[in-house]
Amino acid sequence: MIARRLAPPVHGISNAVSAARANPLEVPVNSVVCVTHVPDTESRIKVSGRGIDEAGLKFIVSPYDEYALEAAIRLKEAKGGDVTVVTFGPDRAAHALRECLARGATKAIHVKGDVATADSLGVAKVLAAAIKGIPHDIVLFGKQGVGGDNALVGPMVAELLGYPQINVVTHLEVGEGTLKAHRELEGSEEVIEAPMPAVITAQKGLNEPRYSSLKGIMAAKKVAVDTKSVADLGLSEADIFNQRVVYVSLELPAEKSGGRKIDGADPAAAAREILKYIREEAKAL
Amino acid sequence: MPSFPGVDYMNIDSLFTEEELMVRQTVRDFVDEEIIPIIEHANREEKFPEHLVPKMAEMGLFGATISDYGLPGLNSVAYGLIMQELERGDSGIRSFASVQSGLVMFPIYAFGSKEQKDHWIPKLAAGSAIGCFGLTEPDFGSNPGGMRTTARKDGDSWVLNGAKAWITNGSVADVAVVWAKVDGTIRGFLVEKGTPGYTTAYHMGKFSLRASVTSQLFFEDCRIPAENVLPETNGIKYPLSCLTQARYGIAWGALGAAMGVFHTATEYSKSRIQFGGQPIAAHQLVQNKLAWMITEITKGQLLALQMGRLKDKGELKPHHVSMGKMNNVNIALECARSARDILGANGVSDEYPVIRHMLNLESVKTYEGTHDIHNLIIGEAVTGIAAYNPPMSAQAEKEATARREKEAAKK
Repeated sequence: MIARRLAPPVHGISNAVSAARANPLEVPVNSVVCVTHVPDTESRIKVSGRGIDEAGLKFIVSPYDEYALEAAIRLKEAKGGDVTVVTFGPDRAAHALRECLARGATKAIHVKGDVATADSLGVAKVLAAAIKGIPHDIVLFGKQGVGGDNALVGPMVAELLGYPQINVVTHLEVGEGTLKAHRELEGSEEVIEAPMPAVITAQKGLNEPRYSSLKGIMAAKKVAVDTKSVADLGLSEADIFNQRVVYVSLELPAEKSGGRKIDGADPAAAAREILKYIREEAKAL
Repeated sequence: MPSFPGVDYMNIDSLFTEEELMVRQTVRDFVDEEIIPIIEHANREEKFPEHLVPKMAEMGLFGATISDYGLPGLNSVAYGLIMQELERGDSGIRSFASVQSGLVMFPIYAFGSKEQKDHWIPKLAAGSAIGCFGLTEPDFGSNPGGMRTTARKDGDSWVLNGAKAWITNGSVADVAVVWAKVDGTIRGFLVEKGTPGYTTAYHMGKFSLRASVTSQLFFEDCRIPAENVLPETNGIKYPLSCLTQARYGIAWGALGAAMGVFHTATEYSKSRIQFGGQPIAAHQLVQNKLAWMITEITKGQLLALQMGRLKDKGELKPHHVSMGKMNNVNIALECARSARDILGANGVSDEYPVIRHMLNLESVKTYEGTHDIHNLIIGEAVTGIAAYNPPMSAQAEKEATARREKEAAKK
């Protein structure tokens, strides 16, 4: 096990604590969870130009974001405080926020915009600007958005806010003013301590996300989603949507060709044939 | 295991609200992740998967239409969608939830005293108490008014005598809502597990609803406190109103089973290759079966949805519910039989969720008002003539009852 301690944030933000305390002995923790709305991982994707054809696609909260949200809800239940979910995306992304509210998030901010035309740094600038307006002790992301899979936005937000960051986290303990996170490495586990506010990106295994409760779904209906534009956050659209990274093309992988069957009636002959295939055709040996 | 994509041929989803769709999705996920992986084994072993109860309770599936006691207060359509998804898992699991919500929590909430509600509603919602509903008797199914179970007041107690049959959750229930005659008038009583004189026995050898507990209940001079009567109940219409709740849920639930078998049969037919490399889905006779199934499911969805909207407006009548229950269970059973056929020999194996649904639906067709009785209720609604109890047979029944009582008195 490797233990490390990270330096405090470059510039902190006052943690105005207003929410009721779940446990009077605990200091409430306010969390911000950034979520993204992605096509269901079981969807059959159709390419349209340089992007995907969204018609008929089912969108879901990106699966790794679910671990981040669950961690924040558990903190709220144990210590009190708010869980604010933030997304940057088109109108349909509001469904992702409703889903998070139904699981137990307490507030939601929707920055509207065509996220597909912004690159990772553009998205990170928008989220960082939105987060600055929310009281928070910890900012959580999924380790990557399933879709773009760049795993860039969380770390970029941490840099923009000047916060310590711990990525691909499988275990999290939040104390007073500091947190401790575990991350799995090849053959070992790192334990990192950081002062708060800090950015955490969640890996599968951090927890077991809950199902939305029916009561949560009904309660979510009563929470107003705070809708903002990029301009409302004091950002220039030209900066956000001016991609430094440009998609040149998007193509589906080639159709899989059918496998080759080798008659196994004579095992020795079959083995020779497989070996021949591996050497001469696949050239793997 | 890929998740269930839903069956929606005619964009009926556009008729649901966002909350209704969210409720359906959360239950759909639960069914895919918690029920589908274990249900064939539970069914084979004839074992009710009790470990699901706390999870269902945590999601708020019990008493979901009640808005007191911190419960979700869903509308009837959302409730129906819960039943649909649960029954796509298994009719027995849906039966468990139907009984807990529609036949136990509903009568206690609607006809119970404040003390009874305060005591039982939170426990039943949390799944820390399980309930059952005792109306049917060994000799009285379609005609519950003929029941022989009696309750007599004796000082500070009621004393119950009689037997109930085919009671879902019977042997695992902490509280039974039992219907008994007091001087010829049917009233409801709450009997707790362990009360002296109250025993239960499993119905053994069922080929249907094997993942659900079905029991007989016996009352032999079973003495319960005077306050355990449901104070508002005073006649057959009270248990019948409970059945209307449960039948409403079944009309939705059966669609879930139909969607499940339709989905399995469609996927199977596209991957099963016969005759020159063609999938059997290319055969016209197979397509005909699938076309019939999706058409009937779509009609059933619209019927269920209209019932739900009427129910939320307070305009749903028992004869409407009869049509929904009768039709949707019938088409679900026919879909299951067709799906069984499409799957060929694989259709009788519990490697596929078809034969289980088919056998379950045989029970669902009979319980909560048989298919035939519901047709007679619809017949009465359109003609004004009740055909289930014609005058001659009523007379014959009266004579038979008198004969039986005379014989019983001799003993």
